[in-house]
Amino acid sequence: MFTVDTGSGFWNPIIWVSAIVIAFLIMYILRGFGKKEYKEKTGQTQVFLSGNPEYEKEQMHIKASNIYWGFTETLRWVYKVLQKMHTGDVSDYVLWFVIVMAVLFLVVGVI
Amino acid sequence: MNIVDAVLAHSPALIVAVPLIGAFLTPLVSRLNDKLRNIFVILVLGLTSSLVLLLASDIFTKATQGLPSIHRYVFGSQDLALPVVRILFEVDGMSIFMAIISAILALMAVIYSWAFMKENTGLDKYYTLILLMTAGMLGMELTGDMFNFFVFLEITSISSCALIAFWTHKGEAVDAAFKYIVISAIGALFVLFAVALLYGQYNALNIAVLANAIQYTFLDKIALVLLIVALAMKAGIVPMHMWLPDAYGRAPSSVTLILIGATQASLYGVFRVCFTLYGGVFNSLVITSNTIGWVIATLAIITILMGVTMALRQSDFKRLIAYAAVAEIGYMLLGVGTRLASTYINDYGQITFPAYGATALTGSIFHIMNDALDVGLLFLVAGAIYYATKETSLNRMGGLARNMKYTSIFFIIGLLAVSGMPPMNGFASKLLIYESTYQLNPILAIIAILASIMLLAVFVKVFHSAFMGPALPKFKNVKEVSKSMLIAMGVIAAIIIVFGLFPNLVVENIVRPAADALIQHSSYITHVLGGI
Repeated sequence: MFTVDTGSGFWNPIIWVSAIVIAFLIMYILRGFGKKEYKEKTGQTQVFLSGNPEYEKEQMHIKASNIYWGFTETLRWVYKVLQKMHTGDVSDYVLWFVIVMAVLFLVVGVI
Repeated sequence: MNIVDAVLAHSPALIVAVPLIGAFLTPLVSRLNDKLRNIFVILVLGLTSSLVLLLASDIFTKATQGLPSIHRYVFGSQDLALPVVRILFEVDGMSIFMAIISAILALMAVIYSWAFMKENTGLDKYYTLILLMTAGMLGMELTGDMFNFFVFLEITSISSCALIAFWTHKGEAVDAAFKYIVISAIGALFVLFAVALLYGQYNALNIAVLANAIQYTFLDKIALVLLIVALAMKAGIVPMHMWLPDAYGRAPSSVTLILIGATQASLYGVFRVCFTLYGGVFNSLVITSNTIGWVIATLAIITILMGVTMALRQSDFKRLIAYAAVAEIGYMLLGVGTRLASTYINDYGQITFPAYGATALTGSIFHIMNDALDVGLLFLVAGAIYYATKETSLNRMGGLARNMKYTSIFFIIGLLAVSGMPPMNGFASKLLIYESTYQLNPILAIIAILASIMLLAVFVKVFHSAFMGPALPKFKNVKEVSKSMLIAMGVIAAIIIVFGLFPNLVVENIVRPAADALIQHSSYITHVLGGI
């Protein structure tokens, strides 16, 4: 009911869930050994920023386009090619259909 | 014969007839009362789903007991010798597996639509089209006739096109619908051409008759390519996927949910062509099977990479999910490619395939259902956010978890499932695909695993942008969505969790019989032809 045989191994979600629960319990116990002098809502928990002035909270939310900026910037050449492919022109969509059909005709030996 | 047996005997016809009749009655009911119309449509699809489940229970029970499980329903003369018009529905494990997905998606979509579409006009047409589309999808999956398949493909395409363009006040929706109908019309035309080539040679349209007679002549090769390419385009396989983000992204979310079913019905067509119609050819010609297998596996890997890479760059919520859906289609196809490419000649000179070939196909079929649920849930969440905020750009969202707690939880469930994170359902099916593909070629499996990790990164970005961060003043008055939308999302989320925690229950009782139905090509032909 729980174990899936994958041919060269198995997958049992119950074992995985149990392991995660045990890991969380260990984390909770370890947390108990933490510093007792820590106090919430005191100067200890305030963010310290040096240099630039602190923005309003609403302005500090990172926008979706900025996330993974480094990754997309590194792969800019890939995205240039992909953007060129995705023209939004339905004639190009049909062209890709014809290209794939031609390749498959070659593969099965029609042409 | 008691009433249950009678209903069961006629269920293949009723599954298509009920939504079809419902579609034509909906405008009439709509004239009485809007609420009554909504209840009527839910009841029609509830009845359709019940019929599908009744038939599925019979087929899967028989299949797990090793009994003949194919249901054959003849419209017309039972006597094969008579030259009369006759249409056959042939329902095996694979057909009914797909029908379960389509029926559940359609039912959830209309429940979700109750609140989601309430502010729109023309809902009588909307619900009529949804029922027509459902009838078309179910027809594609249950029919045993190639021409009939084409007819249902057209019904699905035309109704889908109208539904994509439903928000006509948005120019982009009309543009997406136009692209969709061009692509669909070309695809259907080539399917029709392939059917004509087969009919011209073998004087038959029945899939089992054709599968039995097929010689793999020059014309058969042309028909094979036309069918695979046309259906692959409808299924959104790279590089013929470009219509999909447009259509999925611009249609109302409830429509997108059913569109997933329509896309998968085309993918089912690819499965049927490869394993049933040309199953005998691929089982007897190792080189052909391996070549087609490797072509499909290569297309699958390109599909996965393209989908994930493009998804990472998107800032429109629904377009991002649409690209992720493209990647998910690649995973399903990878299993099919692995199965075909793994065929070999054993020491006794027999053509066979290793155990991992069957595992790959099982994983692939399991992933069809998981993809429908996971991606479907994410689209519903995107719709819920649009409903509450009227925003689609992730750049303008933030802090929504504070106002939309249940929607956030549903998104996390969808996120984990679609990224193949344990213990969700997506992990179980992807694991089957990874392990079997690894045995064919480790590089394919490694790319697939890395792409899945990237998919997780994509949805972490969405979660951060939309749900996390400080509360934005413009969303101060945003509230959780209506109950009907929460019910639809909740039901799908619950199924995801159950499938994730009890994967073997699903694999052994539903997925394996579906995979066996495809693999056991000769028993399909024998059962269908022997029974006429």
